[in-house]
Amino acid sequence: MEHTTSIDLEKRFEEKIARELKIEPKDWMPEEYRRMLIRQISQHAHSEVIGMLPEKNWLTRAPTLRRKMALLAKIQDEAGHGLYLYSAVETLGVSREQLYRDFLDGKAKYSNIFNYPALTWADIGVIGWLVDGAAIVNQVSLQRTSFGPYARAMVRICKEENFHQRQGYSICLTLARGSAEQRQMLQDAINRWWWPVLMMFGPPDAESKHSQKSMKWKIKRASNDTLRQKFIDQTVPQLEYLGMKAPDPHLKWNPERGHYDYGPIDWEEFWNVIRGKGPCNKERLRTKRVAYEEGQWVRDAAIAYAKEYN
Amino acid sequence: MKEWPLWEVFIRSKNGQYHKHVGSVHATDAQMAIEHARDTYTRRNEGVSIWVVPSKYITASDPEDEDMLFEPAKDKVYRHPTFYKLPDDVKNI
Repeated sequence: MEHTTSIDLEKRFEEKIARELKIEPKDWMPEEYRRMLIRQISQHAHSEVIGMLPEKNWLTRAPTLRRKMALLAKIQDEAGHGLYLYSAVETLGVSREQLYRDFLDGKAKYSNIFNYPALTWADIGVIGWLVDGAAIVNQVSLQRTSFGPYARAMVRICKEENFHQRQGYSICLTLARGSAEQRQMLQDAINRWWWPVLMMFGPPDAESKHSQKSMKWKIKRASNDTLRQKFIDQTVPQLEYLGMKAPDPHLKWNPERGHYDYGPIDWEEFWNVIRGKGPCNKERLRTKRVAYEEGQWVRDAAIAYAKEYN
Repeated sequence: MKEWPLWEVFIRSKNGQYHKHVGSVHATDAQMAIEHARDTYTRRNEGVSIWVVPSKYITASDPEDEDMLFEPAKDKVYRHPTFYKLPDDVKNI
């Protein structure tokens, strides 16, 4: 066989990307593409894992058995989503254990949104509806990402997230149709979550440092601002149906643009929370570290058992 | 063995179908791999049967050999029934 040069390999890679062909784990890929994928998929996986924490606080206080079963199933799905993603990222030749340790050591990022607390039962509804809703908008677009294992994980995840969003909206509907106090509780949760949810899509396009290359290699398929706008456009009618308001005086339909206009986002808050100054950053990581350490004997015992009996 | 080994997971969605690769799990032995695969990949009736195989035993073809392996099949149109033009009067063939 002819000797293939790195220029040939790179050319072939770029051609595949241009033709919308998926890149698979053993295919040649630029080191930077590999690094960007490892970074993005592992952050995504950590987010799913940490995303269980705000919700688990309400498991024992769910108002009915049916709500409790649904919440338990949702939380189990989040663990599953983390596992699909770790499985996808491992195909790039990194160790899951190492990635997870980096996460526990605070060296890896996860979605900022999980550094906010779930204060009331209404938060559980709003998290399912808005947080999972925003995640769906992002993940639907990522179903077309250029890396095969990531795209396949996204397809699976999107199917399951729809249940999450609908169970969340169903909680919100019940509260919206309830007493004045319940409606107030719902409005309060919306007020607290609205802006952090809009921040989930990341900084504005002009300031997003990873975006350009990521779009060029089709890891990302739509820009932060595009996805944010899409989310707002589909969410406002749902908000109105609940008879609730967004905490944004500038939120208004713009018939010329065919989109909702919205007010300025406080990016100072976003960067502060990323830098660890959010309400729950420390607690979230501490909880995961304790779980990891307290589970060590189980992992050790399983290995000892396997050595003895296999 | 410090880290739990990796297993590839194959699921048969229903009888009559092939097992299909769906992803991987970590487990210390085959039984645990089946249990983890069940929890991870079949929470919504996705399967009736699971295979797990230690990832280290999978041998994969090299993407670099794609042309060498698969190109030869591309120009063998005579392997397909439509290559043979027969008179319309000939039926049931």
